[in-house]
Amino acid sequence: MFDAVTRNITFLLGGFLVTLQLTAFALGGGIALGALVGLGRISKNKWIYQPVTVYVNFLRNVPLILVIFWFYFVMPIIAGRPLDPFLSAIISFIIFEATYFGEIFRAGYQSISKDLTAAAFSTGLTYSQTARYILIPIAFRRMLPSLITQSIVTFQDTSLAFVIGLQEFVRRTSIVDNLEVRSIQLFGFVAVVFFIFCFTGSKISRHFEEKGRKTGLL
Amino acid sequence: MGFAYDFDWGVLWRQPYGMWLLEGLWLTIKIGFLAWIIALFLGILIGTLRVTPWRWLRFLSAAYTEIFRNIPFLVQLFFWYYAGPMIFGEDLGRQINRIMGLNFYVAIFALGLYTASRVAEHMRAGFASISTDQYQAVLSTGMTHYQMYRYVIIPYALRIILPPLTTEFLTIFKNSSVAMTIGVAELTFMSYRIDAETFHGLEATTGAMLIYLILGLSVVRVMSIIETKFKIPGMIGR
Repeated sequence: MFDAVTRNITFLLGGFLVTLQLTAFALGGGIALGALVGLGRISKNKWIYQPVTVYVNFLRNVPLILVIFWFYFVMPIIAGRPLDPFLSAIISFIIFEATYFGEIFRAGYQSISKDLTAAAFSTGLTYSQTARYILIPIAFRRMLPSLITQSIVTFQDTSLAFVIGLQEFVRRTSIVDNLEVRSIQLFGFVAVVFFIFCFTGSKISRHFEEKGRKTGLL
Repeated sequence: MGFAYDFDWGVLWRQPYGMWLLEGLWLTIKIGFLAWIIALFLGILIGTLRVTPWRWLRFLSAAYTEIFRNIPFLVQLFFWYYAGPMIFGEDLGRQINRIMGLNFYVAIFALGLYTASRVAEHMRAGFASISTDQYQAVLSTGMTHYQMYRYVIIPYALRIILPPLTTEFLTIFKNSSVAMTIGVAELTFMSYRIDAETFHGLEATTGAMLIYLILGLSVVRVMSIIETKFKIPGMIGR
């Protein structure tokens, strides 16, 4: 029943490992850059606000596959030599996903009222203490469900690195399928693996959302 | 910085490449619209089933949304395209594989089913935002459950969720680019094809990005007209 999957399991799971690595880099870079992009989107300085807004609105309107291709073509020109597709894919994911994370951070920053900051100051806390103990924990807890949801989307998005020949999970499955021609079980297997991870993630996200709602945070 | 690259923006309009991009755009628009029709009808149906009083229907529609939202669209597309015909057995599967332009139909079908799960989620949120008083008020006028959904709740919910549906409609054109992986010659495919012929992929993909941007802005413009027209009076505008 699952003969083609079991025969090639090390090759397939090796691909899944690449998918996990891609996701880790994309999330690390995307969330860090997204936090900055979010700051830029609430900036009062138009020299910061305008370019960041153009960047976010532009990338949110084009398909990720095209962005992956674009970086795949532009990176060798900048570097002056052919680049590893893995590096090129990571750079495209970070720059693309940062626009989505950026909007989550913007909403998180904006959800903090001026009264809250004023109240914290009036108790005698310094600015860094206010940020450290009051603002960041509250904003973070408010953003957590959306951050998890977007992380799941990013995890699914990494499959698109397929198009530049990167041997991640889906690419390796399709290589195996070309030899074995057992499409139902092979693509069924990939689907089940992705489903287990993403479904668990969405349950965790929902848990934090419920918790936030109960405590009146959201 | 080895900047030894000769830019040739002419590939965007020189023939046959300029025509390829336009043909690709036309296919992108066709896939987007046809898939949207499936997504809208199926999404409304599944979203409505999720709030019905029947437990089994609620479970089925919840399972549908969870399955389609938690598997990457690329995997779904490959499953329908490569494994789909095999589900019908050897002989029938082979006949299905012989259909001309099968990849185009599969792309529309897969994108429609995928987007339907997202539409269903918005639909559910729309129903949740309608207060229970309203349901009771409608039922007290003597309407049946079916009439209540058909004439009051669904039209009302659709008007509430029009802004997120606009976003979904934009997303469907972007997601249609994944169809290039099964050889559908839509816009992204064409820009890649220009690279294969001319090695000027950078210019071709930049051009394709701008075309997607213009397409997106046009959709936003049209939808904002529709949104103003169907705005519910007295509700906070966006």
